[in-house]
Amino acid sequence: MEINVRGQQAYVYTGGKKTAIAATTETTAGPRVDHQPLVIFIHGAQQDHSCWGLQSRWFAHHGFSVLVPDLPGHGRSGGEPLLSVEALAEWIVALLDAVGVDRATLVGHSMGSLVALEATARYPERISRAVLIGSSLPMLVSPALLDATRDNEAQAMAMINAFSYSACSQIGGNTVPGLWLLGMNKRLMERQKKGVFHVDMNACNAYVRAPESLAGIAAPLLIIAGQQDRMTSPKAAKALLALIPGARLVAVEGSGHALMAERPDAVLDALRDFIAR
Amino acid sequence: MSYKFDTLSLHAGQVPDSQYGARAQPIYLTSSFVFKDAEQAASLFNMERGGHVYSRISNPTNAVLEERIAALEGGVGGIAVASGQAAMHLAITTLMGAGGHIVASRSLYGGSHNLLEYTLPRFGITTTFVDPRDIDAWQAAIRPETRLFFGETLGNPGLDVLDIPKVSALAHEHGLPLLVDSTFTTPYLLKPFDHGADLVFHSATKFLSGHGTVIGGVVVDSGAFDWAGSGKNAGKFPTLAEPYAGFHDMVFSEESTVAAFLLRARREGLRDFGACLSPLSAFQLLQGLETLPLRMARHIDNTRQVLAHLSGLVGGTVEAVVHPDLPDHPDHALAQKLLPRGSSSVFTFNLNGGRAAGRKFIEALKVFSHLANVGDAKSLVIHPASTTHFRMADEALVAAGIHPGTIRLSIGLEDPDDLIEDLNRGLAAAARA
Repeated sequence: MEINVRGQQAYVYTGGKKTAIAATTETTAGPRVDHQPLVIFIHGAQQDHSCWGLQSRWFAHHGFSVLVPDLPGHGRSGGEPLLSVEALAEWIVALLDAVGVDRATLVGHSMGSLVALEATARYPERISRAVLIGSSLPMLVSPALLDATRDNEAQAMAMINAFSYSACSQIGGNTVPGLWLLGMNKRLMERQKKGVFHVDMNACNAYVRAPESLAGIAAPLLIIAGQQDRMTSPKAAKALLALIPGARLVAVEGSGHALMAERPDAVLDALRDFIAR
Repeated sequence: MSYKFDTLSLHAGQVPDSQYGARAQPIYLTSSFVFKDAEQAASLFNMERGGHVYSRISNPTNAVLEERIAALEGGVGGIAVASGQAAMHLAITTLMGAGGHIVASRSLYGGSHNLLEYTLPRFGITTTFVDPRDIDAWQAAIRPETRLFFGETLGNPGLDVLDIPKVSALAHEHGLPLLVDSTFTTPYLLKPFDHGADLVFHSATKFLSGHGTVIGGVVVDSGAFDWAGSGKNAGKFPTLAEPYAGFHDMVFSEESTVAAFLLRARREGLRDFGACLSPLSAFQLLQGLETLPLRMARHIDNTRQVLAHLSGLVGGTVEAVVHPDLPDHPDHALAQKLLPRGSSSVFTFNLNGGRAAGRKFIEALKVFSHLANVGDAKSLVIHPASTTHFRMADEALVAAGIHPGTIRLSIGLEDPDDLIEDLNRGLAAAARA
């Protein structure tokens, strides 16, 4: 569905089911009550909502309202890509305001995981729990990749595909019959507007948050890490885990950085155990 | 790390089986798959988890084939079906229903021509055929209800090279996708997506299988076409961009930005039309794909030697040799650009001496097999004027681009000296006719 967030059109996938949240662009009343808990899925750099297909569908069909936005400037959403993780976190809260919902669970992948982390730290009263998938703090991007996103997007996409998938996933064997993951990701990246890639990678690379500031996070928080992730390593996930009191870690064997595509069932099981039970 | 073509030919889509570690691809010859529990069953039906339910819709052996051909073509995924004809039918019916219109090259395989000219019109889908080399004709044939451009990478019978960059650019300008039949070229010789095509299908029976043992087809999506676009694409593809009552009002283009076509083709086309491929056939196709690069290189190398030999005989028993790799072919320059590894091991040449010479030529051959197929490991030959087109008068044949003495060869993997000796035997017999 289309939602107006801060005067800009945004596309939001709702998990293949009409959500109980009836967003309108003319909402002036206070927050409305929605009887289903809301989960917001936040995609990573140079992606759109469709990286969350399987997992978001499960939640939408099991008692949750689901919002899976194309972030500004991505996919079908209008506007320009936002320049920082902080700005994206503010946008997610603006999305909550736009649909008139007080609190939501955030699930973010890669750049989206930083957005989820930042929103959770900034707005403890709005974020009930958070899941960080393929995450690290800081999330430094190699100068070669960062430059390529600016100067040669095709080369940058090839680098992402080479580094994001485990050795096993480079061969294939997709859980979803007939779909070739590397081809899917290449084309999805190509479908984004020119210039988005560098803005996103820059936002990841530049994001800074003092480690001690995470000690105050009270919301339950889960980290899901790919054991073969070479973009945000399992070691980095453990370091992040140590900074957040009470946080939990689920390590997914056989997965690289593209966890939702490489090991969709393991990610869904971890999300379900954390959010739905 | 990302693997190259020859490695993908052997490995893409196939991880060793988790239970026994079988290195070869197991043949999952089963109609259906046991659910782990009720929750998993429901999740599979509702696209919340991946997996297999029933082999008409998907099967683990077929899925390896689908991933492998998608990897080789550089697409987002594929669907394996019962034949090349089924692949073409699936591609068309996923995109349009009654009222839809196709602009197609007129240089087509007879089976494709039959489907477009005679059969699909019975279901309300019509086609305008155009000279594939005439870009203005493609443009002039577009109507408000046009939904697809279609051509063969190498047309039949003159091996016209489809100018994919030019034709796809025109298609995209009008909000239309380009579907190509890539059977003759395979991704080893040409990757249509790199040049702008949106959908590819193969009769996998031919070079992909390579051994003349199995009938099968595959359709592959590039994932690049925007079915829900807001420009000239808008409203043209309701099967992909609007709710489908036959699957919980799913809007396929919202489910997946890049795989909408494949989702619909599987969930409607395979489910309802049911032209699925046997897993046993999928296994044989996978066996073929493992050696695709080796075979294609040899097919092309042998073809070059045969072409050189036959070209040297032009003016004697041979009237003309028709092949895009030869400088006198009208599409030679385009072939050099799009098909740098070589164009095809299927081609025609014309004998002097008409139908009688053709018959004598065929009957004298010992190595070439006289049959109606191409793309086998073994060399094949057919004389259209005495077989597929025998009812046509000489004048009608010429109008269809076929000479009474036209011979079609499919050059196989034998020793090229034996092939040339065999052709000489046939040519000597033809000269005596």
